[in-house]
Amino acid sequence: MDLTTLSGDDTEERVRRLCAKAVRPIQHELIERLAVEPLKVQVAAVCVYHRFVETARRALDGSDVRVAAVSTGFPAGLSALSTRVAEIRSSVAAGAHEIDVVITRALVFGARWQELYDEIAEFKNACGSVHMKVILGTGDLLTLRNVARASFVAMMAGADFIKTSTGKEPNNATLPVGFVMTRAIREYGEETGMAVGFKPAGGIRSAKESIEWLALMKEELGVSWMNSSLFRFGASGLLNDIERQLEHHVTGRYSADYRHPIA
Amino acid sequence: MSIAEKFVALDYGPALEDPKEAFVWLDRHNRSFGHFINGAWQPPSEEKYFDTSDPSNGEKLARVAQGSTSDIDAAVKAARAALPKWQALSPHARALYLYALARQIQKHSRRLAVLETLDNGKPIRECRDIDIPLVARHFYYHAGWAHLLHQEFPDYTACGVVGQIIPWNFPLLMLSWKIAPALATGNTVVLKPAEFTPLTALAFAEICDEIGLPPGVVNIVTGDGSTGEALVKHPDVDKIAFTGSTEVGRAIRTATAHSHKRLSLELGGKSPFIVFEDSDLDSAVEGLVDGIWLNQGQVCCAGSRLLMQESIAETLLAKIRNRMSTLRAGPPLDKSIDLGAIVSGVQLDRIRRLVNQGIEEGSTCWQPDTELPSGGFYFPPTLLTDVHPTSIVMQQEIFGPVLAAMTFRTPAEAVELANNTVYGLAASVWSESVNVALQIASQLKAGVVWVNCTNMFDASCGFGGYRESGFGREGGKEGLLEYLEPWWFKSAPALSAQSQPASVTNEKASLPSGIDRTVKLYIGGKQLRPDSGYSMEVRGLNGEMLGEAALGNRKDIRNAVEAARKAAGWARGSAHNRAQILYYLAENLSQRGQEIATRLAAAVGEEQASAEVKFSIERIFSYAAWADKFDGAVHSPPFRNIAIAMNEPLGTVGVICPSEKPLLGFLSLVLPVIAAGNTTVVVPSQAYPLIAGDLYQLFDTSDLPDGVVNIVTGHSAELLKTLAEHEGVDSIWCFGDESNVSVVKAFSAGNLKQVFTNEGRVIEWFDIKQSEGRWYLEHATQVKNIWVPYGE
Repeated sequence: MDLTTLSGDDTEERVRRLCAKAVRPIQHELIERLAVEPLKVQVAAVCVYHRFVETARRALDGSDVRVAAVSTGFPAGLSALSTRVAEIRSSVAAGAHEIDVVITRALVFGARWQELYDEIAEFKNACGSVHMKVILGTGDLLTLRNVARASFVAMMAGADFIKTSTGKEPNNATLPVGFVMTRAIREYGEETGMAVGFKPAGGIRSAKESIEWLALMKEELGVSWMNSSLFRFGASGLLNDIERQLEHHVTGRYSADYRHPIA
Repeated sequence: MSIAEKFVALDYGPALEDPKEAFVWLDRHNRSFGHFINGAWQPPSEEKYFDTSDPSNGEKLARVAQGSTSDIDAAVKAARAALPKWQALSPHARALYLYALARQIQKHSRRLAVLETLDNGKPIRECRDIDIPLVARHFYYHAGWAHLLHQEFPDYTACGVVGQIIPWNFPLLMLSWKIAPALATGNTVVLKPAEFTPLTALAFAEICDEIGLPPGVVNIVTGDGSTGEALVKHPDVDKIAFTGSTEVGRAIRTATAHSHKRLSLELGGKSPFIVFEDSDLDSAVEGLVDGIWLNQGQVCCAGSRLLMQESIAETLLAKIRNRMSTLRAGPPLDKSIDLGAIVSGVQLDRIRRLVNQGIEEGSTCWQPDTELPSGGFYFPPTLLTDVHPTSIVMQQEIFGPVLAAMTFRTPAEAVELANNTVYGLAASVWSESVNVALQIASQLKAGVVWVNCTNMFDASCGFGGYRESGFGREGGKEGLLEYLEPWWFKSAPALSAQSQPASVTNEKASLPSGIDRTVKLYIGGKQLRPDSGYSMEVRGLNGEMLGEAALGNRKDIRNAVEAARKAAGWARGSAHNRAQILYYLAENLSQRGQEIATRLAAAVGEEQASAEVKFSIERIFSYAAWADKFDGAVHSPPFRNIAIAMNEPLGTVGVICPSEKPLLGFLSLVLPVIAAGNTTVVVPSQAYPLIAGDLYQLFDTSDLPDGVVNIVTGHSAELLKTLAEHEGVDSIWCFGDESNVSVVKAFSAGNLKQVFTNEGRVIEWFDIKQSEGRWYLEHATQVKNIWVPYGE
């Protein structure tokens, strides 16, 4: 899971709170009762705006939690290409481990695939060895065909992950979109031998929904894809519900949200 | 396994449905059931019981009564006694009962689902999410029809007492498909559930009791094949509706031939699953999972023959193998398994035998390492390649989780391969081009075609087969017609036995004077001499010689059927074109009416002859009008689908004309047949076969394409046998006396052709209500439902 805060009212303290939760996502008592200490359960990354990369990096210092920066004119992705590329370089320089870029949806609607490829390839170039997630904005693309085509172009241009949404589109991650993207990843893997990761983001708020996505991953891509290097949830509210369900598992009693520390 | 280990392994855990409530219900009945007759549980008259058990572990669930002839008799008597009051109810009152059944099924849906899984072995996920919701939907839908019955079917009435026999693969769903339309149309029912899966039918009986359904309206008699046979043969049953194997369907056709029982049969299939190169292959693979692995493949419409376009065959097979590897077999009560148990040891043996035969014939058999539970009857998902149309596994219904796959080169070849079967139940077509998919769908000989989907069912959409997959539909408006007949029909008097032709009289008579008139056979648009080289005398009202007609024989029928089958392009032409030709026919008959009436008068008298001509012209106009108006429908099932119900012609129809109205009787039957796009072989009036000479001249001058109507004169009683048993004839209409009708029914069993008769009764050919319109067109067509999904 990538814990995310991407709001206009974000502050450094807010980001530090998020980072604290990322390092210790589940109460110690629950971890003990589940006997899962050896798993060292942490979130995979904290996802923030460029402005907070350094704050997050410092807050997470000494942990394995990575810092991801949304970039390239997030969420619309419509600033000048040079600006977007410069933004990536700044976040990389600030120490981000991962960069989440957004594609120019207009290029998809216009079927300007070469331009889309070139743009993403330029992002990748700017990222260098830093991990790049490409956000397709599936809620904007709307048609599954567009989602499939954009997925392929993104992977060919060097995406390490393809990600559904910014969280700001009218529709976020839906299962039909998930099917199309995971099947595109599968086919790309069959063609090239390369494993590209998948990140559904936005709208996944309950543990029950997350199980559906896990089943989708298991069925479409297999267990080898089900680790944080190839699969992430982009979510802010999901963790609390998972904690509640874990507590229910441990105690047999349904839990309440306020019983778990917030981010 | 610790949670930490599970977190890494990410295996599916067991998710067992608790069967406790179902067992409580069984225990409440002391795990012993009698028959449900006249609203009460009755012990079997011969006190014989048999066990029903859980096929996933062999454990006995309960004992149920073995129905005897006298149990069936008691049930039929109860149904007969209940009939008058049931029919006297208002449509609304009957609708309330059906509505209550639907509600009660929903209220107890989980118990019914668990019982079904226990008794049948199918995954609880299917019972819970597919079978039982469809059962409730079926009763809701038909509650609506019950209410609308008089408004929508003003000229029809119920058949009466209906005997219904259902299979073990969808026990309660098949019950609902049978009982809901029967009750909605005002029939009463005796139903025999399958021997292996009687429990949900018995639970349904209890529901009938709970909602206060009047005693005798629904009777459930359990038992084996002999019980079913007793029901089929019971003299006081008006209709038999059967779902099951083609073999048993054929036996039922034969057994009911010498009765007036209506018949609808939903039989086997070997349905093609056609994948074009432009289809979404991943979706097609998921379609196959529902197509051949739903219910362990024990589905009459299973997509068991995979036809793949050559260009994508290897890719598709690789995807299929991958997908098969992730199928999970397990205890049927586990909510997250894909394959449960096979219903019985007998069925498991049959699957094994056929797969082994396939392998012996050279097929390559591939099975994933699916873990099968120990004990119980399980068979792994199976893929057979290196198969050909000649392979037994491509021809015979396996009724198991076995897919046979082969390739095609072109769309035309796909259609040819798909139709290369005696069955015609369903088909699935996969292409991202709606044009291609609909073009293929229109050419497939199947009652249901699913475009980019498979195994979709809904009460609003008729389901049923072409060819040896049976006849009649279940669901939709067409399904109701199987339980209705025109109100006047049953009370029509019996025709007196028709005398043999005049040639048996010894009295010599000379031919009429003047130039000799030679009336020949009419085959493929040509006037032909009979193969036999014989003619038969035709006598008039007073025994005078009117002329001689060709004495057609078996070979003439053969030739006529060949010609008719070759003229199949008639169906592909436009309905407008058919209407134009019929109008032209009316024009020509009008011109020559006087002359034809004069000749006909010698056989039937002047008054009848001129009336026949006058009515004939009107009848031609009527069917010219109908030709482009007997439309299908578009259904809106509760999914993201539409289903296009098309009225398609049957193909080649044999017509045995009534003796008594040589001209009008001929046209009254032939016109609806050809208006709907069929081609036909006609045996004209036994009394006056010379009408053939007038008719073929009319056809010739009206631009009717060669072979659309073929006429063979001769001894009807002999010719009808050849026609009835000819496997190239798709349907036979026989309007004659009782003995001819029985013979036609009996001889039709070979290819299970559809049979439409007057049941040996008098039809008033001058009464429009009885002699033309929808009733005839409905028998000249069969409904094909093409399901087309919305969305990408």
